Amino acid sequence: MAKIQGAVVVNKERCKGCNLCVVACPADVLALQAKEVNNKGYHYAYMENPEKCIGCASCGYVCPDGCIAVYKTKL
Amino acid sequence: MDIQDIIKPENLVYDKPRLMNDNPMHYCPGCSHGVVHKLIAEIIDEMGMEESSVGIAPVGCAVFAYNYIDIDWQEAAHGRAPAIATAVKRLNPDKLVFTYQGDGDLAAIGTAETIHACNRGENIAIIFINNGIYGMTGGQMAPTTLEGMVTATCPYGRNVELYGYPLKISDLVAKLDGTCYVTRQSVHTAAAIKKTKKAIRQAFENSMAKKGTSLVEVVSTCNSGWKMSPEKANTWMEENMFAKYPMGDLKNE
Ligand SMILES: Cc1ncc(C[n+]2csc(CCOP(=O)(O)OP(=O)(O)O)c2C)c(N)n1
Ligand code: SF4
Ligand code: SF4
Ligand code: SF4
Ligand SMILES: [Mg+2]
Repeated sequence: MAKIQGAVVVNKERCKGCNLCVVACPADVLALQAKEVNNKGYHYAYMENPEKCIGCASCGYVCPDGCIAVYKTKL
Repeated sequence: MDIQDIIKPENLVYDKPRLMNDNPMHYCPGCSHGVVHKLIAEIIDEMGMEESSVGIAPVGCAVFAYNYIDIDWQEAAHGRAPAIATAVKRLNPDKLVFTYQGDGDLAAIGTAETIHACNRGENIAIIFINNGIYGMTGGQMAPTTLEGMVTATCPYGRNVELYGYPLKISDLVAKLDGTCYVTRQSVHTAAAIKKTKKAIRQAFENSMAKKGTSLVEVVSTCNSGWKMSPEKANTWMEENMFAKYPMGDLKNE
């Protein structure tokens, strides 16, 4: 069976660190930066475990600020 | 496979809607308003109505909605969005005309406009963001505030003997002959967001088909006003708001 691999790109400067994408991800891919902040001072979201992403786009749907682009392909 | 090999235009499955511009939105982190804005932008794009839609912006946190979605907008005085929408739609019957209103705007100061526009069966869609509070002004009690819920103006919780009961205005307008579609939805999960998108699309299509007034209530969070994290606000909403404001269609004719 073909494996699905996804990837997301977070618009780091647009992100407000609300954590809703982290909570919505079923595959434990995302996390908020622990120390680093963006220009607005928010701990922005990033792919902590990129290999686990299935490209389901749940994170994209729930992000109130439209910060997440989701990509998906069959390996 | 390297992650960079996946990030290619042909693999894109989700992105910020085309009609949502790059202006940073002023909403608090995690606020439901942004999710509903995205849906409106997506639906108008999918319906090909970019050049022929007029949104009526409220007074409330969504007062600047016109800065974020690139369509035509008209700002209304507090609560008067359905009256403005009535005029815009009657003068431009081929335009998609919708209001975007909070619960303070729609169910407090604008109650009369809401009820009469619905009763006249104006061919407009009303998007109603019910977060049970006056978000913009600092979290005061609204008519929709739950019994026992703490706000800035009822710090010991809403006492129904003093302040009356949470107003279920969607149930009220569903009883009016002028409404064709009244539904209650939410945007706290991907599944709920997909349902809300269908509901708003139907409301917009009803408006163009001149079927009467459609109202989509989106039971929402105001994590700042509720003084909770965005995540906790979603859980609190599920546990408390949904009991008083249950999900689903109230009318679909
Ligand atoms: C005529 C008038 N009265 C009162 C106000 C103050 N005011 C501004 S927003 C608001 C309530 C907004 O609450 P809601 O509609 O629920 O929107 P939210 O911010 O919660 O999205 C009030 C009372 C005003 N701007 N104009
Ligand atoms: S696309 Fe799905 S699996 Fe990938 S980060 Fe987003 S929510 Fe998680
Ligand atoms: S949901 Fe959006 S704004 Fe919130 S942390 Fe994730 S990317 Fe940032
Ligand atoms: S005050 Fe409440 S409704 Fe207003 S932007 Fe903040 S969270 Fe959203
Ligand atoms: Mg409100």
